[in-house]
Amino acid sequence: MKIIHLMVPMALMMGAGFLGAFIWFVRKGQFDDLETPAHRILLEEEK
Amino acid sequence: MSTINTQPALQGEMEHFRYDDGIVKKFLVMSMIFALVAFLVGVLIAFQLSDWRLNFNTSFLTFGRLRPLHTNAAIFAFAGNAIFAGIYYSTQRLLKTRMFSDTLSNIHFWGWQLIIVAAAVTLPLGVSVAKEYAELEWPIDLAITLVWVVFAVNFFGTIHKRREKHMYVAIWFYIATILTVALLHVVNSINLPVSLWKSYPVFASAQDALVQWWYGHNAVAFFLTTPFLGLMYYYLPKAANRPVYSYRLSIVHFWSLVFIYIWAGPHHLLYTALPDWAQTLGMIFSVMLIAPSWGGMINGLLTLRGAWDKVRVDPILKMFVAGLTFYGMATFEGPMMSIKSVNLLAHYTDWIIGHVHGGTLGWNGFMSFAMFYWLVPKLWRTNLYSVRLANWHFWTGLLGTLTYYISMVVAGLTQGLMLRAIDASGKLVYPDFVETATKIVPLYWVRAFGGTLYLAGFILMIYNIWMTVRSAPAKQQDEEAQAPKLVVGESIVNTSVDKLHRKLEGMGSLFAELTFIAVLIGGAIEILPTFFVGEMVEAHPGVTPYTALQLQGRDIYVREGCYVCHSQMIRPVEAETLRYGAYSRSEESVYDRPFQWGSKRTGPDLARVGGKYPDLWHFRHMLNPRDVVNGSIMPSYPWLFENRTDFKVLSRKLEVMTQLGVPYTEAQVKSAEADAMAEAQALAEGLTEQGAPPKTADKEIIPLIAYLQKLGADFRKGGIK
Repeated sequence: MKIIHLMVPMALMMGAGFLGAFIWFVRKGQFDDLETPAHRILLEEEK
Repeated sequence: MSTINTQPALQGEMEHFRYDDGIVKKFLVMSMIFALVAFLVGVLIAFQLSDWRLNFNTSFLTFGRLRPLHTNAAIFAFAGNAIFAGIYYSTQRLLKTRMFSDTLSNIHFWGWQLIIVAAAVTLPLGVSVAKEYAELEWPIDLAITLVWVVFAVNFFGTIHKRREKHMYVAIWFYIATILTVALLHVVNSINLPVSLWKSYPVFASAQDALVQWWYGHNAVAFFLTTPFLGLMYYYLPKAANRPVYSYRLSIVHFWSLVFIYIWAGPHHLLYTALPDWAQTLGMIFSVMLIAPSWGGMINGLLTLRGAWDKVRVDPILKMFVAGLTFYGMATFEGPMMSIKSVNLLAHYTDWIIGHVHGGTLGWNGFMSFAMFYWLVPKLWRTNLYSVRLANWHFWTGLLGTLTYYISMVVAGLTQGLMLRAIDASGKLVYPDFVETATKIVPLYWVRAFGGTLYLAGFILMIYNIWMTVRSAPAKQQDEEAQAPKLVVGESIVNTSVDKLHRKLEGMGSLFAELTFIAVLIGGAIEILPTFFVGEMVEAHPGVTPYTALQLQGRDIYVREGCYVCHSQMIRPVEAETLRYGAYSRSEESVYDRPFQWGSKRTGPDLARVGGKYPDLWHFRHMLNPRDVVNGSIMPSYPWLFENRTDFKVLSRKLEVMTQLGVPYTEAQVKSAEADAMAEAQALAEGLTEQGAPPKTADKEIIPLIAYLQKLGADFRKGGIK
């Protein structure tokens, strides 16, 4: 089962990638406001 | 707006632009056309299981070849195009910009349709890798990779030029989809070509199985789940005109979903020759998946709080509610079926087929239909032709889905229980597999009827949409929009990290570069295994590689899609060892490229079929299964008795196998053609002695029999303990 040596690091890498992205975007302020985005998409109806 | 505009310095100047609606329309129309194909083929193969004669004794119309066509058409052509339509429409609006590049959009569109056409031609012709949902051969796999990269660059380029700082939750789901599908596809498609339309996977046996189901499960996760959740978060609030119930929950369940899903694949291989710890790992993560899955379902349904009066009259909302409910059911049922003891009963049976169609017909189907009913009048600037017809579509589709689902669960439980039934004396109650198969044929008719209902509902939709588009104004224009330019780096908290971000954001097309890096990593992963490919084969002295003739027979087995109805994996439980023989060891399939453990037993397991019947039995069985098995529902394969065996390709095949670490000698590779012909001659003469017609030595049935007789032979010889 040598494939495990490839797949476990790969899965961990993906997990770490997602975690890194999460931390990055939290610090960037993407998730500072968890209320208005839900409403904003309803505001921009076309004329 | 004036209250928000208190910081005018941060607000860029107002820009006017148009959304690209043409590309959305194109994807939407193709999705509907291919949905019709996928559903038609699905209904045909459903009837083929009810009555074998509907295989028409024709190679390209036989179940084994059409079933991959059905799944690929449903997943990649129907759902794929629906996803792209939904993403292209919502991404532009959520990010307040036109797509990054119209050229890339069009390459994506035409490239994807070409791939689908290539699939629709090659699969019925038997060009197949025989790995579920990844059946397409290597040239098409390469095309998929290219087109996906084009899509990724276009998408991330759009994010980069966005005019809206906050990325709405739907965008997160799209990002996860694009990155993960790229990785999954590349890793599971690492094959070594023999010729233009034939290749062997680099991994074999349990390793191939693990990679395949890591891919297979995540195809469900990242092709049929995350993009549809993203679409749900945009189109459901839009259609209901209600903000999503909890934006916070949407973020939380997104991140937990993407963390957990990756690990759940091994639940497709419970009780197989995969190491036990990997099975348990897969099971635990699968059970954990309930939480983030239901987070999405609950969030969707509760978005309709206070709008349930609308659900009563609006078919679009009805479809969203049905879709989410089926999603909730499937994501409860799935984790339950991943529990090893439940899986023992459910695996290989029609319960799995029912489970899958609850998800696809119920969730993917209704979500796409709802989205289309909402989108078409918007895109074509008109009103829906008939709300009444859409309501009819909803009810017909719902009834069809339920009929399908219930009949398959009952069929699966019935057959599963019959197959495991052991009487007080320790013998199988139903020793003949065919008895359990014919028992559920009535339920196959019910299923086919359910599928037909679903198709009928969809035809109502085609008519409805067609009439809607016809009533549209002749002059169509892309929708106009305006938004202030996004001023980067406006964050109030001025940390050093933030400065770095600002710097990075200022650099060219950062996101396109990130994609490129992701693809490079994917490429590295693709190349890496070839360096230690020799180690990938864990040779066992008791296991002999296939002879050239057997290998050719195996490739015919792969070509005909035998794996869609026959497993080659005996699980270590009494009911199976009594029926099929000793349980399967991973060493036994060490030279199997692709692995053919299978996932469904419409017919019996074949892991130990070698030596069980004389050659003549197989000869007659393949010509007409009912000659030797009374009541068999298997198709006949008359073309195997007409097609000539391609002996010439065998040296090349053995050469590729040698590169992959199979211990063929140089002499064996060189004389592969002659060896195979001699073996075929001997086998054919033996058949003639037993009473078969003469002069069959050059026909494809001969290598197939040679292969079938090899199955389990090493174990029988006592080489493996």
